[in-house]
This record gives sequence, structure tokens and C-alpha cells, in this order.
Amino acid sequence: MADVNLEIRLLLEAIFDRYHYDFREYAQASLKRRLEQARDKLGVTTLSGLQERVLHEPEAFATLLQYLTVQVSDMFRDPEFFLALRRQVLPILATYPSVKIWCAGCAGGEEAYSLAILLHEEGLLDRSIIYATDINSQALREATAGVYAIDRLRGFTENHRRSGGAGSLSDYYHASGGSAIIDAELRRKVTFSDHSLATDHVFSEVHLVTCRNTLIYFDHTLQTRALRLFAESLVPRGFLGLGSKESLRFSPAAEFFSDFAMPERLYRKKALP
Amino acid sequence: MTRRVELIVIGGSAGAIEVLRDVLRGLPRTFGPAVAIVIHVPAEGPNLLLEVLNTPDGPPMKLAEDKEPIVPGTIYLAVPDYHLLVESGRTFALSLDERVHFSRPAIDVLFETAAEAYGENLMGIVLSGANADGAAGLEAIANRGGITVVQSLESADMIAMPAAALEAAPESVELNVPGLADMLRAHGDVNDR
Repeated sequence: MADVNLEIRLLLEAIFDRYHYDFREYAQASLKRRLEQARDKLGVTTLSGLQERVLHEPEAFATLLQYLTVQVSDMFRDPEFFLALRRQVLPILATYPSVKIWCAGCAGGEEAYSLAILLHEEGLLDRSIIYATDINSQALREATAGVYAIDRLRGFTENHRRSGGAGSLSDYYHASGGSAIIDAELRRKVTFSDHSLATDHVFSEVHLVTCRNTLIYFDHTLQTRALRLFAESLVPRGFLGLGSKESLRFSPAAEFFSDFAMPERLYRKKALP
Repeated sequence: MTRRVELIVIGGSAGAIEVLRDVLRGLPRTFGPAVAIVIHVPAEGPNLLLEVLNTPDGPPMKLAEDKEPIVPGTIYLAVPDYHLLVESGRTFALSLDERVHFSRPAIDVLFETAAEAYGENLMGIVLSGANADGAAGLEAIANRGGITVVQSLESADMIAMPAAALEAAPESVELNVPGLADMLRAHGDVNDR
């Protein structure tokens, strides 16, 4: 059994060396399950076998990467989070001449576009920039395209309504075949780019960071690194939004933030370090 | 009782809540092991489990949080719509990975990860339920030398889940509801050590 953990360690080192993706400080239990699923999918029997495939076949690594990074989200997931942003955070952000937002771990772009819609509805989009980052280039391509299966829109629409959206979500996309395509104007307001919370650094000063349901996949050390990155990136008194089951409670990075709206997991960076 | 049970994982679905309530009600405040519970509940809607299961005179009970250290003598409930996992450092982790047996949280995910972290110091219990979630997890616990228990089929509202678990881990002890309560008390009194 100890052999499996050794195999995992070697595999992650190999991936880091060869492809510069760093999963070495991901939470082990779920990472292991994902690796085993990828192993089965690729038709090998051991993680050492998976390592051989991945090192010799970039396509095998591409497949593995989807298992290691795929994160599903929905537009306006946890509507109460977006309601709190709308009612409590955006009125404060509106006092800045321009607003920069970093959506970290954006996966397929659902949350980034939700933020863009929210800003539009509150009259802030014209003077806002949204950066949306992820390590999965395939997810980034899909996010940039802004195309979602039409059958997901019913759930998105209900979430949007519960987030306090006055208008109709259909104002922001058009249907084509079995797909809903986010309007071009909205897509232009979101800059999608490759950024790793494990290996990259701060790239901009922002007023709000949202990073929801990504930190649960990180171990304690990497989670703390990411939270420090957010603290460095935020203006004094800037905001941080986490997933509904994430918190700063068990992290030393909690010292940089104070609670802002707790059931919604909104934190505010302290004025002084 | 030569093995020290440090964590008890319990899984159930349809028909399990009342059983759990009866079993947990019998636990003393000084109960020794930690307990982690996955019950299949709808992803949406308020989480009433904590209210339904809480026993004022029993061990402290709370929802399990991501990165939370597992404290002996505490009962943890899985939150709806997230898998609950145990890390080797004996902390909890949550994930939004795909459903297992159409379920999130899934019993198998908790049991399999707990088996890795706790080995023979783990007890797994599968209660009433209508699908096969928990069977692979109970087998993993047995393979790691842990103690495996299923609710007896004649005492279960829904037998599919305990029956599948029994097939996967045939050495499991079968107990009815009073039997489960007695067995837990016997394993859990810190004063006996």
C-alpha cells in the first residue's frame, strides 16, 4: 500500500519535470481517486504504468490533465453568494474609478460570465476588467468560446433569478442549435489566461478575488500559498470570495483577512498587513 | 476488544435516519472515537440532519469542514452535495468530484479514504438503503484490517445497501438496531481503556 503513495509521488514529480504542471501539493485523497480513474481510462494497471504512458505520449498526458483539473461549475452557482456580492460588495466597489476582478480557477468560464452579468446589471461593467485564470488550457479555450449546452441554461436561469437578477438571463446569450452562446460584448469583458496558483505569481492589483471550490483540492501548504497570493493581489480592504464550504478557519493565511459576509464566505483584506 | 477503534464511519440512505437517531442517542458524552457519517440527502434544500440527529447529552456533533482535523469523541456529518474524504494526516477534505452511485456525498468515497488513513483502527457500518453505495467502501475497510458491520437485513427498511455490503465484505458482523447501539457503546467508552 505504501507503494501506491510512492508511485503517486514519482508520477507527480515526473509530470512536474516534463510538463511543468505542479500537482505535488494537491490534497492527496481526491487526487489519488482521480489518478486511479485516469489509470483505468487509459487502460494501464498501475500508476507506474500510467507514468510511462504520460512521459512518452503527450496525448496521454492531455487525457490525464482533464482528470486532474476538470471542475464543473454552473452560472450563478450558490445564488446567495452572488446576491451578497450584488447587495454588499458591488456598492463598495462602485466607489472606485475602475474595478478589477480576478476569477481564479475559472474552469469553463461559468463564474467569470456570471460576474460580468452581475457587473452589467449593477451598472459597473463598462469600467470593470475581469481576469479569469486556470491551468487547464482546454477549459480556457472553452471558456473563451462561451458556449454551453442549452439544457444547462434552465438551472443557470433559476440561479440567476435567485441571485437577485432583475432581467432575464436570456438577454446575455443567444441559442444556436443545442447550444447557448454568451454574447460577444460580454465575452470581450473577460480576459481568460493561463495562471497556476501553485507556481505563478501576482499579475495585477485587483479589488475582488473569487476562487470557489478550487482550494478544496489543494493541501494545506498549497492552499496557504494561494491565499497569500490573493492577499498580495488585493488592494487594502479588497474582497475575497470562497466556495460555500470553504473557509479560512484552518489556514494561517486567515491573518490577512477579516470576515465580511459569513454564510456566503466573503472575506475582506485587512487594511494593514 | 484488542483493536482500538479511533474512527467509526457510518453510511446509509433510505431508512437510515431513524436507525442513526436511535444508535447515536445511546452514546455517552465521553464517547472515545470520532464518528463520520454520510447519509444520502438531496443536494438542495436546508440541511436538517444536524437538527434531527443531534443529541444534547451525547458527544458534540457538527458538519465536517474542509481541512478540519478529526478530533476524537466528535460526531461529524457530511454536508450535502460534496464528497467527504479523509486525508492521511487525519483531516477531512471535501470535493465536488463526480457522483458515485448517483450520490454525493458517497459512502464509498468516505469509507475508502478513511480505510487508507486509519487502517485497522477503523470501523465501518452500513445501514439501510436502496442502492449499492458503501459496499466497495466496506470491502476496502475489511482489506485494511478494519472492523466491518452491517445492519441486519431483517431490521433494515431497505435491504439493498446492507445486502450489497454483506456480499462485498462477507465477514461483516450483522446487528439489529439495539445490537448496533450496544456494540458502539462497547467500543467507545474511553473509561474502559
